[in-house]
Amino acid sequence: MKRGRVTTFPYIVWMLIFILVPLVLVLYYAVTVTTPAGTVFSLQNFEKFMQPIYIKVLVRSIQLALVSTIICLLLGYPVAMILSGRDLSKKNILVLLFVIPMWMNFLLRTYAWMTLLEKKGLINTVLGFIGLPQINILYTDSAVILGMVYNFLPFMVLPIFSVMSKIDKSIIEAAEDLGSNSFTVFRKITLPLSLPGVVSGITMVFMPALTTFIISKLLGGSQYTLIGNLIEDQFMRVYDWNFGSALSIIMMLLIVISMAVMSRYDREDAGGGLF
Amino acid sequence: MTKVIKKLYLALVFMFLYAPVVILIVFSFNSSKSRANWAGFTLKWYLDLFKDKQIMSSLYYTIAVALLASLIATIMGTAAALGIHNMSRFKKSIIMNITYLPVLNPDIVTGISLMILFIFFKIKLGFVTLLLAHITFNVPYVILSVLPKLKQLNKHLEEAALDLGATPFYALRKVILPEIMPGVVTGFLLAFTLSLDDFIISFFTTGSGVSTLSITVYSMARLGINPKINALSTLMFITVLGLLLIINKRTSGNSIAKNTKEQKEMPNFYNPSSIEGEPLP
Amino acid sequence: MKNAKLAAILSILLTTAIFVTSCGKTSQNGKDGKEQVTINVFNWGDYIGETTIADFEKAYPGIKVNYEDFSTNEDMYVKIKTGASDYDVAIPSDYMIKRMIDEDLLCKINMENIPNYKYIDDRFKALSYDPDNEYSVPYMWGTVGILYNKTMVSEPVDSWKILWDEKYSKEILMQDSERDSIGVTLKMLGYSMNTKNIPELEEAKAKLIEQKPLVLAYVVDQVKDMMIGESAALAVVWSGDAYYCMSQNENLAYAIPKEGTNYWFDGMVIPKTSKHQKEAELFINFMCETNTAFNNAEYIGYATPHTEVIKMLDPDLTADRAAYPTEEDLENCEIFEYPGDEINREYGRIWTEVKAQ
Repeated sequence: MKRGRVTTFPYIVWMLIFILVPLVLVLYYAVTVTTPAGTVFSLQNFEKFMQPIYIKVLVRSIQLALVSTIICLLLGYPVAMILSGRDLSKKNILVLLFVIPMWMNFLLRTYAWMTLLEKKGLINTVLGFIGLPQINILYTDSAVILGMVYNFLPFMVLPIFSVMSKIDKSIIEAAEDLGSNSFTVFRKITLPLSLPGVVSGITMVFMPALTTFIISKLLGGSQYTLIGNLIEDQFMRVYDWNFGSALSIIMMLLIVISMAVMSRYDREDAGGGLF
Repeated sequence: MTKVIKKLYLALVFMFLYAPVVILIVFSFNSSKSRANWAGFTLKWYLDLFKDKQIMSSLYYTIAVALLASLIATIMGTAAALGIHNMSRFKKSIIMNITYLPVLNPDIVTGISLMILFIFFKIKLGFVTLLLAHITFNVPYVILSVLPKLKQLNKHLEEAALDLGATPFYALRKVILPEIMPGVVTGFLLAFTLSLDDFIISFFTTGSGVSTLSITVYSMARLGINPKINALSTLMFITVLGLLLIINKRTSGNSIAKNTKEQKEMPNFYNPSSIEGEPLP
Repeated sequence: MKNAKLAAILSILLTTAIFVTSCGKTSQNGKDGKEQVTINVFNWGDYIGETTIADFEKAYPGIKVNYEDFSTNEDMYVKIKTGASDYDVAIPSDYMIKRMIDEDLLCKINMENIPNYKYIDDRFKALSYDPDNEYSVPYMWGTVGILYNKTMVSEPVDSWKILWDEKYSKEILMQDSERDSIGVTLKMLGYSMNTKNIPELEEAKAKLIEQKPLVLAYVVDQVKDMMIGESAALAVVWSGDAYYCMSQNENLAYAIPKEGTNYWFDGMVIPKTSKHQKEAELFINFMCETNTAFNNAEYIGYATPHTEVIKMLDPDLTADRAAYPTEEDLENCEIFEYPGDEINREYGRIWTEVKAQ
């Protein structure tokens, strides 16, 4: 269809300038090193990564991101379903209300979580008041996961919601008429039809979760270096842009490969995703 | 019964989302700068806020950039998604892979590489570069929001419209756009949210005195966040809530006039097909 | 009908955005007629008196100030080094100033144009990072020490070693800054904070790894709220922050360990990218004016190097050894230096290894 070319044109130009060119820059930094003799091509930066300590950092980041994404999915899918369900009026207001907390500065909200979760913070004060045991999750992995889920939940809910809100109700009615109970309806109709939204949601959560570092700095008490911290350090403190770029490229490759593997399972999604 | 569970669940999730916001608001009235010490109720931070030229300027730029960037990104992204949806598998996957890059990349890499790009082309850093950077990281999210809707679209709908004599543009406007509207609106909301909160990319691509709220807040990290920011956030929250209520009143007013077929749903972005369609020309 | 409403909303949003932007832009272009010079000032967040910029613009009507913030020295360094923006005045910390001098990123300041320089205490001139006073004018200073809760710590606090005491497991807060934390460890071991000796650094690394299970968190500014809220017993803090914490919670006290500590400065510099050096010098001079310096010091709460301002401040503040350390407190103190790119990477590597455990 001719329309494809015309409407995509502005974006393609944009993409070339603002995404591809910077990518080339990053690649350039990743494959070069500055020696006293000048800039030289080398895979040294990638070799540097192959040390147990950095691999450990990567693995931990992947674990945390994976757990957070799964929790987001488990928590967010029902929310999307409820919001798009027909027994609720005022749908769009609720959705907006869902997004609005995200418009308050993230740093501020994270600090607010710290006030809530501190040893002598609000939650513990209330718990102590009613006589329940204190919780001490601040500065542990659990707090980091909580922070990530908190931050990324709307990104999971919104795409799923927008897809689910347009699932043709008559299909569901037809299934019910033919004798399916709600569970089967969900399993055979709603779930498969909502998949494009789920995939989008997972993409929008997992990838940023992998490279985030502020949450682990504040809620995790900066106890652990995640790959996001590592990359930030390389660019800012250590000032080794070459290694930092190499790390980013490695991350990109990892994600591209895993998404390619995932897309094998989605015949219908042919060509719609990474690789 | 299930209705109650659903409402309860939703309420819990909302409480989870709003807990920090409530804390934030409460501490904007704390007369001590510290969040560990409640030293008494005061409105002084609100007064100080309006006297602070820097914060006001940051606020203004933040909203300007967020609105403009999300609008432009939504338009460009939706147009792109429409085209990408129809592409051959190979072209589609290449473009989608490249589109994912700003989402995948750590913010700092995007920020620094864009900064180098601007320096290379000798563009002075300022509002324009800031805007360009924001549009760049917003568009992928718009595309990611609109594409699933296009996939969901019944492709025969458009063919039917064309067969019935509509021009492609009319078919686009009256048939496709309403169907993908939830995706477009979602994309816009996501883009707006991202723009409001972005720090690193903004920091490296702005200059000439243009600063955003995020930069102002993160820069206070060394000395401690001044409660003026809490006050500002509270005011912003109340404003948005107020706007929401006004819009809500408006739409509910309209629905009384329009009685829909089966459901008494209010006209909203998310279900335009509940309203009687208009005949094609 | 639906589409019309949508189109209406969209166009209102778009128009508002464009209106709001262009409105702002015109009001920025300044007054007509007069030759307007605009200088770009780059500073830490919330690190200037509330009216200082406005006062400056009033005193010098031909100069407009674009004020930008940064959150770390490194952020500032990247923007200045890559020539991203032509900043006229920046306020980095000691080691960063040294690094910028070494990399030829700063202009020499003509001290004749800064008559108010005479107010800076002689103690703070000819510092190790700018020995000939050619590149910087001190702005604020302080020390790093141990803030502790008297009700939670029974013994006297006079050595860094207490931060390694198992008794205080999970009650210890360290700075999330490689120089500060590694520096503190080096001092405890008796070495210099600026050592370039790798074995010494490795020793420090081992000590930090040993300490890690005892550390509650590595923090930046949250340390203040945490100590005030009594979430921890001991913390490594900056003197200005310590004074603030003590004013909020009387159970807190500050100590400078006997092994010595870091003595830090933030100074005003003029990057080479500046196009208005004369106006930059006027700004720096203005910042050293007694009134302005007083407003700054009072608002920020850190120690000022300005001799007249010290006389004007609350005597309780200036007598407090946490906020204004005396000569004897400063005996073993060192200012951070930039150890050169290669050793800097070693510091970075060590810090990563400590954190990645």
